[in-house]
Amino acid sequence: MKRFSIIGKDVPRTDAATKARGSAIYTDDMKLPGMLHGRLLRSPFAHALIKHIDTSKAASLPGVKCVITAEDTPKIKYGNWRLFPETQDEYALAVEKVRFIGDEVAAVCAIDKDTAEEALDLIEVEYEDLPAVFDVASSMQPGAPVIHDYCPTNISVNRKIKYGDVEKGFADSDYVREDVFTVHGVSHAYLEPCSALAQVDLDGRITLWTSTQVPYIVQCLLASTLGMRENDIRVIKPYVGGGFGGKMELRAWEFCAALMAKMTGRPVKFTLSREEEFLAGRRRHPMTIHSKVGFRKDGTLTAKDLKIRLDGGAYNAMGPTATFLCGNFGAMLYRYPNYRFHGEHVYTNKPPASAMRGFGAPQSLYATEIQMNIAAEALGIDPVDLRIKNAQVSGDEIPDVAVISSCGFVESIKAVAEMSEWKEKRKNLKPGHGIGIGCYSFISGGVFNWFNTQYPFSAAEVRVFSDGTAHLLSMASDIGQGSDTVLKQILAEELGLRMEDIRITVADTSMTPQADLGAWGSRVTLMAGNAVIDAARKIKEQIFGSVSARFNLNVIHELECKDGRVQSKVKSDYGLSFGEAVAMAQKANRGEPIVARGSYTPRDKGLVTPAFGFGAQVAEVEVDRETGLVEVKHMWTAHDCGTVINPRSVEGQLAGSIQMGLGYALSEQFVMDGGKTLNTNFADYKMPMATDMPPSDVVHIDTYEPEGPMGAKEAGEGLASPTAPAISDAVYHAVGYRCMDLPITPEKILEDLEKMSETGDKQA
Amino acid sequence: MKHQIRFTVNGDEYVVAVDPRRTLNEVLRDDLNLTGTKLGCGTGDCGACTVIVEDRTVSSCLTLAVSVNGKAVRTVEGLAPSGEELHPIQEAFVKTGAIQCGFCTSGMEMAAAHLLSRNPSPGEEEIRAGLSGHLCRCTGYNQIVEAVSVAAEAMRNSKTEEVKG
Repeated sequence: MKRFSIIGKDVPRTDAATKARGSAIYTDDMKLPGMLHGRLLRSPFAHALIKHIDTSKAASLPGVKCVITAEDTPKIKYGNWRLFPETQDEYALAVEKVRFIGDEVAAVCAIDKDTAEEALDLIEVEYEDLPAVFDVASSMQPGAPVIHDYCPTNISVNRKIKYGDVEKGFADSDYVREDVFTVHGVSHAYLEPCSALAQVDLDGRITLWTSTQVPYIVQCLLASTLGMRENDIRVIKPYVGGGFGGKMELRAWEFCAALMAKMTGRPVKFTLSREEEFLAGRRRHPMTIHSKVGFRKDGTLTAKDLKIRLDGGAYNAMGPTATFLCGNFGAMLYRYPNYRFHGEHVYTNKPPASAMRGFGAPQSLYATEIQMNIAAEALGIDPVDLRIKNAQVSGDEIPDVAVISSCGFVESIKAVAEMSEWKEKRKNLKPGHGIGIGCYSFISGGVFNWFNTQYPFSAAEVRVFSDGTAHLLSMASDIGQGSDTVLKQILAEELGLRMEDIRITVADTSMTPQADLGAWGSRVTLMAGNAVIDAARKIKEQIFGSVSARFNLNVIHELECKDGRVQSKVKSDYGLSFGEAVAMAQKANRGEPIVARGSYTPRDKGLVTPAFGFGAQVAEVEVDRETGLVEVKHMWTAHDCGTVINPRSVEGQLAGSIQMGLGYALSEQFVMDGGKTLNTNFADYKMPMATDMPPSDVVHIDTYEPEGPMGAKEAGEGLASPTAPAISDAVYHAVGYRCMDLPITPEKILEDLEKMSETGDKQA
Repeated sequence: MKHQIRFTVNGDEYVVAVDPRRTLNEVLRDDLNLTGTKLGCGTGDCGACTVIVEDRTVSSCLTLAVSVNGKAVRTVEGLAPSGEELHPIQEAFVKTGAIQCGFCTSGMEMAAAHLLSRNPSPGEEEIRAGLSGHLCRCTGYNQIVEAVSVAAEAMRNSKTEEVKG
């Protein structure tokens, strides 16, 4: 294993001090001279035709500067799946009809927020209510209301994966288990509500500051929807207060801010309220998961047949990717010799679901993991042993999908079982206490180019200076996960510099190198990290020559950048300070600065991802039989993220995952009345608080990912998956309630306990 | 009808004419450009907008600006002694990794400042209780709890030094 000087160290985050001071500028903190305030008018109907809109009263309210509807826009559809234009189903402002409660219908901007709000009430919209559908089954019925004309079945994406012979696999099985699971929608609930501020430069270029995970995608889609060229749009990502997948598309307010800035000649800012975020915001896909698995007596898996229907809500958003990924994740963790998947993405008249931490995995793996536990019980095998027996290992190939290059899965299961004293506790817990296990695998960025980018997936530019410093430019987006720090660490390590020797400029589409697909799918460390290494190596090629010439080194000498010096690897006194080496190279270049561009695009890496992370988690719970309340007493996690670049950051992400997983399992859900989201504030949307967090232990499993920068891969996102099944299994172990429809609520537990006591089927 | 109010923020005196419906959060952020105080929900549930008025923490999104007339307000901008130095609470937040996206941070730090002013040696449960009105979606709270504990120790030690010195 390689020895590092900065990688693997607890380097404080680059952005921490400014955030601690309160001086980090988020989009809504920005104010420009003459700035106007925008507000969106949203549909009160789940499905309705727009017969007529009268904006005249709103427009004549003093202080209102602009009111727009779809009629004022070029009416160009957008969507992230640019490779398949038919999937691009969304207009910034509704054209002819609305498809969910909260769909954007019109926008106003005014000299202050109150005036903008008042103007909204003066816009008169005449709707003709249409029949609507709120669940997947109704939406798929023949004769169901059609939500998009182009898609008469309401099924917008069909995805099939198949290898081996599933029927034969089941025929050869000693035990076959078939279940239907339903999993629910939850909110990203990032703390920073979305905000966007647009300004037109003197020559007509639009600059948009926006709370986004994907500045490059916003740039491209904003250009196409406005009928402008990409180079006419500059997108800057200021500090972002979390995203978790919820800020990875072009959104109506970004479009409206840009268009209205153009129309009024003044800067325009939109900031959403928390109510809007909950009412109309993106969410994790609810899914109906039909899963059939077969085993031999000894526990060997024989086949899996997985059918998943995703409740996509009114638009595709990132649903097509979720449809692909939940099928891919269904084939992960264990060796299924025969596998079949059919995923269908179905429109309903609800707020669109989209990407959310785990991207299809938390849903798909909930089914996988609960079924493993059901099967383990039926086969009389310990759930840990059943997992180890079937676990994927390095070198395993998932046909047509990927080869697993590094894999610390078995080690993770063993480690977590040992830490949690699984074997003893599984047998000897007090009544009402239970212990359960859940596992995960996750991607390190995606391979499939659905956005159809014409650029490398990630790029970096490095400039080095004779004062011994470097400047890193990258379009990668730090949205709170800490990628700016990680990229600096990677560059510092590669160039032998200190963190304080590196300046970084990020996420400005006009200043940073084309391109970066954004912060999602745990892609930044691996992809942007590799681009940084590529650029750094090109810098080294340029400066090594000067040291070689200065000391008249034999051509076989290997040189290195270390401790602020550029030197011979075997004789370190043959060397110069980094700054001196740069100065010499620059002189040799007759003043031209030493600059290099690096990039990374996954090639020949299958269709899914260049590298997979793995891990396992055990939860211990206590269930109160009187109230049905579940208290999580402890969590143990073992995970394999390859080289740990920044231990504190990784641990912070893991703890954050547990918070989100805890909410997913036990407390968070959207309460819907038809298409209307009823719980639109944090008092009614129950997110775990500091007092709800269980004590937790973590071990990192030591692996080295050959495709990753310095051996690193995904961290923190995969762990969105195992928490819910681990808690769910622990609840079953405690009181015998097996949750097939998340979340696990006291009502469901009590109802089940009552049923069990009636039938006498009681668990100790 | 606007009301003229006079109050201090971090020791600086301000005189502002405000509409009676305006919140302290709006006045801090929009009128005084003190944007370190965030707005996460507007309903007093998330804690991101927390400031200290006299000796109480309040949700600035639910506090009417007129109600702070004549009072002393402390915000995150008032914690650090200078541009070169951080407050021990901020120092601890940086050191322990308690900051990810940073949007809850100023509210958390104000809650910590308030807690430590009343209880210089809080136990873990007391810290968790003290932060329970504050939501964080990134960190799972553990490193924030650790930060408050580290800050408490640093503040106790510097007090001891002051006494000795």
